[in-house]
Amino acid sequence: MFISAIAQGFLWTILGIGIFTTYRILKFPDLTVEGSFPLGAAVAVTAIVSGIPPFPATLLAILAGMGAGLVTGLLYTKGKIPVILSGILVMSGLHSVILFVMQRPNLSLLNYPKLYDVFTGLPNYFDVIVVGIIALVIVISVLLFFFYTSKGQAYIATGDNESMARSLGIKTDNMKILGLVFANGITALSGALIAQDNGYADVNGGIGIIVIGLASIIIAEVLFKEVTLGERLITIIIGSVLYQLLLLAVIQLGFDTTYIRIFSSTILALFLMTPQLRKGLNLSKISKEEGQH
Amino acid sequence: MKELLELKDVTKTIQNESDMNNTILDHVDLTIEQGDFITVLGGNGAGKSTLFNSISGSLSVTSGQLAYKGKNVTHWSEEKRARFVGRVFQDPKMGTAPRMTVEENLLLALKRGKKRPFLPRKLKENRKDFEKLCASVGNGLEDHLDTPTGHLSGGQRQSLSLLMTTLTKPDLLLLDEHTAALDPKTSKRLMTLTNQMIQEKDLTCLMITHRMEDALTYGNRLILMENGKIKLDLNEEEKNKLTLEDLFILFENE
Repeated sequence: MFISAIAQGFLWTILGIGIFTTYRILKFPDLTVEGSFPLGAAVAVTAIVSGIPPFPATLLAILAGMGAGLVTGLLYTKGKIPVILSGILVMSGLHSVILFVMQRPNLSLLNYPKLYDVFTGLPNYFDVIVVGIIALVIVISVLLFFFYTSKGQAYIATGDNESMARSLGIKTDNMKILGLVFANGITALSGALIAQDNGYADVNGGIGIIVIGLASIIIAEVLFKEVTLGERLITIIIGSVLYQLLLLAVIQLGFDTTYIRIFSSTILALFLMTPQLRKGLNLSKISKEEGQH
Repeated sequence: MKELLELKDVTKTIQNESDMNNTILDHVDLTIEQGDFITVLGGNGAGKSTLFNSISGSLSVTSGQLAYKGKNVTHWSEEKRARFVGRVFQDPKMGTAPRMTVEENLLLALKRGKKRPFLPRKLKENRKDFEKLCASVGNGLEDHLDTPTGHLSGGQRQSLSLLMTTLTKPDLLLLDEHTAALDPKTSKRLMTLTNQMIQEKDLTCLMITHRMEDALTYGNRLILMENGKIKLDLNEEEKNKLTLEDLFILFENE
């Protein structure tokens, strides 16, 4: 259970990093991920079932996710629909796309090859951890290379100060589209890997996943302040694994897994409130000290 | 002198809450010659900022035409006009990216209007130049090359904005009350630096200011705006004859 939770944590980190590229760098929440995640799962699983090897199947999933991000980006920048609404529209539309891809609400990978089969010699769950680490190394390296290119700096500047970016000639619309394409491609990769680990894809597999992605970011930020961009991406791994362990602890305490989502949300809410909670606690501490004097 | 930018019959109207048309730029004609340093005066709502927004492209005009070196640029986007327009805003927060460091900001500015490829940004190669550039300002900016600009003081941020805007020597520099948010001493230093840069780099510049003394001291041309129109356009000779008292009287009559 413990190792399994850690392995899942690695795979969910990829989602966290995907969300980070829009939520924290461009500073807007992208709800498309709730659709591109199950889309990645559906495309990968359907491709494998129809005889495509797991590796190219996973690449197809990434492409599908990027396509979803592109649609949201175009609706937002060219169609001038607010970004949250654009995301909701695409997320909702993707439900039909996923049903069309799979031709049924869920599809099993039982007795089909998976990406993890390459490492079958390893003990249980370690194949998932190894694949997860390889995927993370690739995703983080590509992103870090990108962030420190001229294009990447323009991307960061767009999120940091859009009007300045435009006044320097940065095409901010293109940057936002690029970010949404990247983020949803990464999200779909996460969906494809988790589906292969679970052994199935489900049309409803995306509900609430934004909470999981955000939780890994927020936990990382609460625990590690003032770090560089590269370090931040790595700390999201820690945030994600910790979050999975917290959920595991909740389950171990005997809570019904049917109601797991309320715990997911509560844990995230608690972490989001930590600055406020800390302030509240400090204040009471100070007033107590004053009282003693 | 050569014409740099020509505004022909430029009008901007917006609809207010009660669907009434509100004209904020009223058939403005303005020709900016190469080498002009124009100070722009006018009360609140006179249309100074709208004039700047129309030139920079952050606002599209309702009617009229803008020509840059004879080329019609009326429908160019703000991003495209960045090739020839550089702008410093009043709010120090507007001109820099707060989470990026001083040198990262300068590097962004170095690529104004150029392609930004998927290739390494080459920060180290420029560091020496940036250090020298920041040292020329004389407010300790060179010691903060690695500091996110959000941690700098208002004066430092504003002088960085000025450096960033003038780094690539834009054909037209727009200064939108860029010293107004600073304390008197810092404000004066930045104004001196600004004037020095404009002279050294031979820039063409429009400067909005509320300080009458500055409007008289600096520049070779002065325009006064009122109700979306250019009420007065003084050349160097006329401007030199103008006294502070004359200006106050002009404002009184508004």
